[in-house]
Amino acid sequence: MSATTATKLHRVRVTVNGVRYERDVEPRLLLSDFLRHELGLTGTHVGCEHGVCGACTVLLNGEPVRSCLMLAVQADGQELETVEGLAPSLEQLHPLQQAFWEKHGLQCGYCTPGMLMTLKAFLAEHPDPTPEEVREAISGNLCRCTGYQNIVAAALEAARLLRQSS
Amino acid sequence: MPTRMFGEPVKRREDPRLLTGQGRYVDDIDLPGMLHAAFLRSPYAHARIRGIDVSKARELDGVVAVYTYDDIGPVKQRMPLLIPRPALTHPATRYALARDEVNHVGECVAMVVATSRYVAEDALELIAVDYEELPPVVDIEAAVAPGAPLVHEELGTNVAAHYVGVVGDPERAFREAAHVFRERLVIERSAGMPIETRAVLAQWDEFEERLLVWDSTQAPIVIRNALAALFSLPPTQVRVIAPDVGGGFGCKIMVYPEEVLVPFAALTLKRPVKWVEDRREHFIGTNQERLQIHEAEIAVDADGRILGIRDRFLHDAGAYTPYGIIVPQITACQLPGPYKVPNYHVEFRAVFTNTVPVSPYRGAGRPHACFVMERLLDRVADELGIDRAEVRRRNFIQPHEFPYDVGLIFQDGAPTRYDSGNYPAMLDKLLAMLDYERLQREELPRLRAEGRYVGVGIACYVEGTGIGPYEGAHVRVEPTGQVYVATGVPQQGQAHRTILAQVVAETLQVPLELVQVVEGDTAAFEFGSGVYASRSAVVAGSAVALAAQRVREQGLQLAAEELEVDPRDLVVEDGRVFVRGAPERGFTWGQLAQLANPLRYAYAGDLAVRPRPWTGPALPPGRQPALEAVEYYSPPHATWASGAVGVVLEVDPETGMLQFHRLCVVHDCGKMINPLVVEGQIHGGIAQGIGGAFYERLAYDERGQLVNASFMDFLLPTAMEIPPIEVEHLETPSPLNPLGVKGVGEAGAIPMPAVVAAALDDALRPFGVRVTRMPLDPSAVRALVAQGRASSVAE
Repeated sequence: MSATTATKLHRVRVTVNGVRYERDVEPRLLLSDFLRHELGLTGTHVGCEHGVCGACTVLLNGEPVRSCLMLAVQADGQELETVEGLAPSLEQLHPLQQAFWEKHGLQCGYCTPGMLMTLKAFLAEHPDPTPEEVREAISGNLCRCTGYQNIVAAALEAARLLRQSS
Repeated sequence: MPTRMFGEPVKRREDPRLLTGQGRYVDDIDLPGMLHAAFLRSPYAHARIRGIDVSKARELDGVVAVYTYDDIGPVKQRMPLLIPRPALTHPATRYALARDEVNHVGECVAMVVATSRYVAEDALELIAVDYEELPPVVDIEAAVAPGAPLVHEELGTNVAAHYVGVVGDPERAFREAAHVFRERLVIERSAGMPIETRAVLAQWDEFEERLLVWDSTQAPIVIRNALAALFSLPPTQVRVIAPDVGGGFGCKIMVYPEEVLVPFAALTLKRPVKWVEDRREHFIGTNQERLQIHEAEIAVDADGRILGIRDRFLHDAGAYTPYGIIVPQITACQLPGPYKVPNYHVEFRAVFTNTVPVSPYRGAGRPHACFVMERLLDRVADELGIDRAEVRRRNFIQPHEFPYDVGLIFQDGAPTRYDSGNYPAMLDKLLAMLDYERLQREELPRLRAEGRYVGVGIACYVEGTGIGPYEGAHVRVEPTGQVYVATGVPQQGQAHRTILAQVVAETLQVPLELVQVVEGDTAAFEFGSGVYASRSAVVAGSAVALAAQRVREQGLQLAAEELEVDPRDLVVEDGRVFVRGAPERGFTWGQLAQLANPLRYAYAGDLAVRPRPWTGPALPPGRQPALEAVEYYSPPHATWASGAVGVVLEVDPETGMLQFHRLCVVHDCGKMINPLVVEGQIHGGIAQGIGGAFYERLAYDERGQLVNASFMDFLLPTAMEIPPIEVEHLETPSPLNPLGVKGVGEAGAIPMPAVVAAALDDALRPFGVRVTRMPLDPSAVRALVAQGRASSVAE
């Protein structure tokens, strides 16, 4: 197969964190690679490229998806949200980010963006979760540093902050 | 009052960047004109290479270069043996690209460099390699049998190292013992599995005339030195940066083939080249650990006091020994744990197999040692009818017996000498947390009466941390009042930028926000060895403390001269140096830095430019223009942290699943710089330890194929599998270093196989089960239960 360079490019139009982007890409380009290397949004991390570790989780029309299991062309015309869009401003962190900081919910930081995006969607539907529900919610996101304990604590704290502010 | 910053649970200074997606891991860096490398890896565990045809790959559009062994110039030599040892009589290291033989599935055979990773991988499929399969060596017991096929024919043996260590008179101890118990104990293959795989980006910077390498490594200085030597460049012309690194756990300290081949390609092609390992490559290309088979025996008196231990074990070295025999050596030295073992014979053979090479993974031989020792003690307790906690108490090294010599030479070449600890207090605290007595008397009997299989286990451990050779630090007060700190140790999540800043902030009494810690960049600090053996806080932390102390003394001296007072009349508080009782007479640290430097400042701030109070040279002899110091700290030997862990767990004998009811830890890492960070380290270690007890087994088939090389098949524990962890601390300071600290990085991982085994035995007592192998999984637990049932029927 030496057809790669002759491959037809496809126009992809997406909105990421409220900004519109348009790029011509190979059909085989992963959404994760598209976000990271075409758009320069490197906050979304890649840990396994087979859909298990969850590091690459982004929100597609508000729903968490594994950006390593999607092609960029499949996202055409849709709305994406990545970790770069989480904080309302440079000076202000999102309550999830605030809580992860307070509760030492990250160490190397590599799984963190996926955790944050998974939890953002989860807390939107479960504003007052139990620790067990949080554990289940993040069970599709692997962390190798924290033992999850402080991530669970951070998620519960974030839920509390979000309830307060709403 | 001085502000206390050492010991405070301050929030991490690393976090805002990492939380907002502003981290910079290697793959986040894209350079103009950058090319991408991909590696062709052996599909066979053992084969001779008869020929490689890369012509079709070279023709593919977008391919810039294809390299095989013949094309790699200075890289053609064998990879370095990083840690030679006398017992390692038959070492073997690989070629960066296989020359004529491959010795494990995943060994690099060819490298393609192309305009994108996608194209580079297309090209890999166009390379034709003519392999002649050789018999693979996979089983370490078969590997040492007479007539076994050889991994390295030229060595004439599969035994890389044979080590014997003897303390006291073990033969006599066993002859005279009231009881002797034997166990065959196995710890299986596993791996660190950081969520970020390895990655290297290299660029020949023609403006700076320097080879610039970003590497997801735990040891950038080691890599820098290796690259400079390999490419005959002055060390200053090679700069290696470990930027944000997404976890390491041991496997990122090495000089891997890709770490020299990618820079080689960048030098040769004069274009930036990046390689990011994918997860499948990580499973077959990044070092692993753990497999050891122990034949251990313990000799005790009638009261369960240890008279001696004999342990002979086989250690799986994998295909090569680039990192020497550190792992089994640690096992041998740490096996006695916190107990007095007056007579000890330990002997191991490190055995080559056609599998991925073995080097330290968090714990590094210690989980094996702890598993053996604790299993032996559980056996003694059970056989003699002594409570398992009591048998430990009877054998502890006592607080007044430190320093305590185990009698063997540790991994760093220094004596295995415990510096301090309080093991009885540690166990008492754990038993109190567990409410052990009531648990045994009331709760367990009650649950068991309900037909539930619930058990308790305890395990105690020591961890030799903070080993040499040394680390250094550079501390400087800037004229802006900020404090610059540089060290040679990069982090993979251990919060150096916070904890090292705490050490400096405490010494200089400046706000934490003013301290900038630079790490992992050889341009900032060039001497040191890297992050391993839970040593950063101990060794680099101590170097930082020494350098900060010297800067403090410089500041006091300078202020005393300027104020014409005795330095002993000065105090350091609130970011200032001033006369005791007269706070208005003094300077901020920024002012002192300006005063130290006899220049005119463009922006003098609040310090008016003033004439020098002396004549002659602006810098008289002995005076330096900055408040700064470089200091090194070299420990006399390891400092020994310790801990005790207890679990209460329930087993479902039908499904084989475990459920933790309690998981309690008492840990003693001396003085804590930041309890938040310490607890995070313990949690993470325990989670990996739980993986090592019940989930994570790398399974090679008889052909040497890793059959579970994906996260679908090799199971890392998720948040559902890790229970809440209760942590309490003891703080027995280390007398060895200026901070009184001990390392904590590997702690949690060490006791988990031992403690889960203990609790499983206890839960499954009705079936007469004895756990002698780790990790288990549900089917292994069911098999144990079935075996127990069968033997009880047979009786």
